[in-house]
Amino acid sequence: MPLIKDGAFVEDRFTYVEDDAPLPEGAVIVSFTRWQDEKDALIARGTPLGVKLLSGEEPAPLKGDLDKFDVIALDFPMFKNGRAYSYARLLRSRYGYKGEVRATGDVLRDQLFFMARCGFDAFEVSQRITLDAFKEALGEMSVVYQPASDGRKTVLEARHGG
Amino acid sequence: MAQHSNKKAQVQAVTANRVIDGIVVYLTEKAEWSESLQDAAVAEGKEAGETLLARAQPAVETQHIVDPYLFEVAQEDGKIVPASVRERIRMAGPTVRLDLGKQAEGNAA
Amino acid sequence: MYRYDEFDHALVQDRVKQFSGQVARRLAGEITEDEFKPLRLMNGVYLQLHAYMLRVAVPYGMVSSRQMRMLAHIARKYDKGYGHFTTRQNIQYNWPALKDIPAILDDLASVEMHALQTSGNCIRNVTSDQFAGAASDEVEDPRIWSEIIRQWSTLHPEFSYLPRKFKFAVTGSPKDRAAIRVHDIGIEVVTGDDGRAAFDVYVGGGQGRTPMVGKLIGKSISQENLLTYLEAVMRVYNMHGRRDHLFKSRIKILVHTIGADEMRRQVEEEFAAMEKDGPVVLPQAEIDRISAYFAAPAYEKLEDGPAELEAAKKENSSFARWVKQNVAAHKVPGYAIANISLKPIGGVAGDATAEQMDVVADLAETYSFDEVRVTHEQNLVLAHVAQKDLYTVWQQLEANGMATPNLGLITDQIVCPGLDYCALANARSIPIGQAIAQKFEDLDRQHDIGELKIKISGCINACGHHHVGHIGILGVDKKGTEFYQISLGGSSDENTSLGDIVGPAFTEDKIVGAVENIVETYLGERQNGERFLDTYRRIGIKPFKEKLYAAD
Repeated sequence: MPLIKDGAFVEDRFTYVEDDAPLPEGAVIVSFTRWQDEKDALIARGTPLGVKLLSGEEPAPLKGDLDKFDVIALDFPMFKNGRAYSYARLLRSRYGYKGEVRATGDVLRDQLFFMARCGFDAFEVSQRITLDAFKEALGEMSVVYQPASDGRKTVLEARHGG
Repeated sequence: MAQHSNKKAQVQAVTANRVIDGIVVYLTEKAEWSESLQDAAVAEGKEAGETLLARAQPAVETQHIVDPYLFEVAQEDGKIVPASVRERIRMAGPTVRLDLGKQAEGNAA
Repeated sequence: MYRYDEFDHALVQDRVKQFSGQVARRLAGEITEDEFKPLRLMNGVYLQLHAYMLRVAVPYGMVSSRQMRMLAHIARKYDKGYGHFTTRQNIQYNWPALKDIPAILDDLASVEMHALQTSGNCIRNVTSDQFAGAASDEVEDPRIWSEIIRQWSTLHPEFSYLPRKFKFAVTGSPKDRAAIRVHDIGIEVVTGDDGRAAFDVYVGGGQGRTPMVGKLIGKSISQENLLTYLEAVMRVYNMHGRRDHLFKSRIKILVHTIGADEMRRQVEEEFAAMEKDGPVVLPQAEIDRISAYFAAPAYEKLEDGPAELEAAKKENSSFARWVKQNVAAHKVPGYAIANISLKPIGGVAGDATAEQMDVVADLAETYSFDEVRVTHEQNLVLAHVAQKDLYTVWQQLEANGMATPNLGLITDQIVCPGLDYCALANARSIPIGQAIAQKFEDLDRQHDIGELKIKISGCINACGHHHVGHIGILGVDKKGTEFYQISLGGSSDENTSLGDIVGPAFTEDKIVGAVENIVETYLGERQNGERFLDTYRRIGIKPFKEKLYAAD
């Protein structure tokens, strides 16, 4: 799946690993279940680590271990399932996670703007998309009414300073 | 819509809505889409129905129509007539505004 | 009323451009219907029985005359010369072509209107009291807070893909004309301990398949905390609302499942955490800025009961009747609230022609400080008519079929579009309403019966609000035939109650007779000028059941 990060298509250095599969060398992304079961072993590998949260797996249990993860992938089982928007915001604004928050699953162009606002900074876009279209999608709205997790100046701040 | 298709229906036609304007259309023998039910291809029996519905698929892919489905019809006095109230209204227009929809254009029947 | 600033304009224009791009990509075959559907729904575009349907947002029911003229123009140019006012104070057009919708949205944007979020699993139009700013029972103006909530909820990045649709209603009076207790979030603006406006927040009301009355979750929330508090409710719902079952996805199911106390606990916990993360700041300057748009209009100094009014009432009994039934008291002496009935006998409830819209626009401009309000009961309101002008206003309404003196009476029904228009419907609703109205056409009889709210839905989705009708009628499909199920004793005001199903459903040819039997039962039992609803609450369902099913 093509990965877009920092405005460019990049090689994904991470491998997603199924729960029952042996861990390959190098950077891996495991499920939340596997993280819980094999925490110490995964940390002991000393290689870059990521965890993937499914819809229904909230980020709170990870909050004490966030420094262990280079990437947290949040799954959209269907693009209409918007739980991960809240998960991303919690990771950024509540738990202060600074690593990569990656959108995975049913990730379509027309949700990218909201995803970026909620703190996603990497996207496994499931539609064919050019970089131009990606940039256009991210810039679709020139004003935003409400604060989110992108630090973007809101209309209220523009109106009244702040 | 699948919810409205009658699983026991023996005589069926295929209908959909046109993408560009939402107008109700019917699948013809030539796999074209007509606004008039009288141009519709009629399938007898479950297998023939499924075959007919499959012929609607190319028009979905070319974005000409959306959501094609089978619905029950009867043939009365040489005319094709929908079996359900819903499809009769879809064919003709609102029953409370006889001046609107296909019934007003003389296209309904 | 509120006027867009440069930021509001920019947002709507960007959105029109964005959606126009999406429509173009759809028509060019670059995105499928499955991918396009949630996008078009978030821009108010439905696919209905006969054609697309465009639902235009009328924020908390307020329309200026300029906007009303544009709504008329759109009806004429792109549709079939009429529009339909809905139970969420919006307007619907039944026949737009998809290819024309970008142009319609451009026209709407030019008068500060849009079709954003009138559909889809996002926060919908915030509805409110049609008498806001005019009624003497008002404690705080709900429109200020409705506008603040509207902006906060527009294109909210976290809450645009909720488990299901989400509806807000706001009242500023203890007399609830906005049905707040059957909304996902209902807000009553009250006076807080510090004498400033504060908010009682009800969560988990709703109709549809499983009607429920909202629970008071937040009491006297302060202005500073309002938006953060609402975010907390929304986040709890976004994360914990069910997504596995279409009929169990509304917030009312969540509240019902976990209980009001647990809901309150979760919301308060999330609220406390959000305050530390960074609350949603609502500056006093913004509250002041928006409040200024809802300042009182430049009323003249007038007296109640001017001579012209009294003379006209004496001269013209039809006018007198209309004043008695359709005109409500205004808080300012010499003024009145004029209710425009869109329920003529034999008409389609809530429909208005382009010509009628233009007439209303002209009347509003000349006689009501340029404001029209849409009510959730599908009528219109001119909220600030000088009493001395009522006769002139009435003459115009009368000449244009909008002066039926039936406000709140048995022929002033809420009727959803039903199977005549709607792809979700199981039965027709409009002709049922018409048949009942025709039966009870006689005005003397209507006035004798008094307040009796009939609400008719063509399917379980309850867009016709049948659960909260004094008489509610639900159209169902039994083996291909339309049947009508009656419920009694519902109400959407501050004493909200859900109607009780009275028994087996009636066929189309029996339903009018059934309603007559219900009315006869009430008339036979009422005491001391009770309304139908009062009699029902006193005597219960049994006498009605007996009369209805006696022959069986």
